[in-house]
Amino acid sequence: MIRLESFLVLSAILFSLGVYGVLARRHAVLILMSVELMLNAASINMVAFAAYTSPERFTGIIFAIFIITVAAAEVGLALAIVLRIFRNRTTANVDEVHQLKW
Amino acid sequence: MTVTEVIFYFIAAATVLGAFGVVATGKVAYAALSLVFTLLAVAALYILLASEFLALVQVLLYAGGVAVLLLFALMLTRARELVPVLDGAQKPFAVVAGLSLMGVLISMVFLTTWPRRADEPTLINFNAIGDRLFRDFALPFEVASLVLLVALVGSIVLARTEEEEEE
Repeated sequence: MIRLESFLVLSAILFSLGVYGVLARRHAVLILMSVELMLNAASINMVAFAAYTSPERFTGIIFAIFIITVAAAEVGLALAIVLRIFRNRTTANVDEVHQLKW
Repeated sequence: MTVTEVIFYFIAAATVLGAFGVVATGKVAYAALSLVFTLLAVAALYILLASEFLALVQVLLYAGGVAVLLLFALMLTRARELVPVLDGAQKPFAVVAGLSLMGVLISMVFLTTWPRRADEPTLINFNAIGDRLFRDFALPFEVASLVLLVALVGSIVLARTEEEEEE
């Protein structure tokens, strides 16, 4: 029998790795990948709670479906923006895009 | 230790290993492939949690769609310099932030007493999910479709080539 806490700890590790990736990486697409890791960690949490604490209502599964939908939209839009920046500045490094920095 | 537990620890190790590959590898293509590996491992976790529908969606949408999209973006944004800069100067700070966040989250998991009604994940069939999605969550569902439409149109507008703009 797998305990609920095992899933929560796994998702905590996954989320922290995603946070590290967002902070440490400077390539825009790699930052997006780390964001995907964090979203997946959140989904695991939702589904684990749905399966263990309210299997008759399973709201967490519905939430996970919406997370996946919004993540797909987010990736499509963010990659279009990254492509645009790359075309204008020939770089995908977020440190070199500082026009708005005062 | 039961067979399910062994399978769980195996899949959990695969997930964490893949995630580590995403944030630590020095080549962008390897990072993308580790991400695909992690997403498939998460799909396996969903099966362990008895939600086959989500596992299917995960494989189709994430491992199929999002990962291919990310790989395309990596190819299109190939840097001119030979060794592209992947990590910034704030890497030590990022290690501290990630580790402390992990410590806080894991200690909170064990300090909280979670409400529990089931010891084992119970299987939820497709029909029930569809019922609930279209009955109780009909409005969020429609809003999500609108979000997808706006994102689709927006990314096409953003990613158009320069020649088309001059016309």
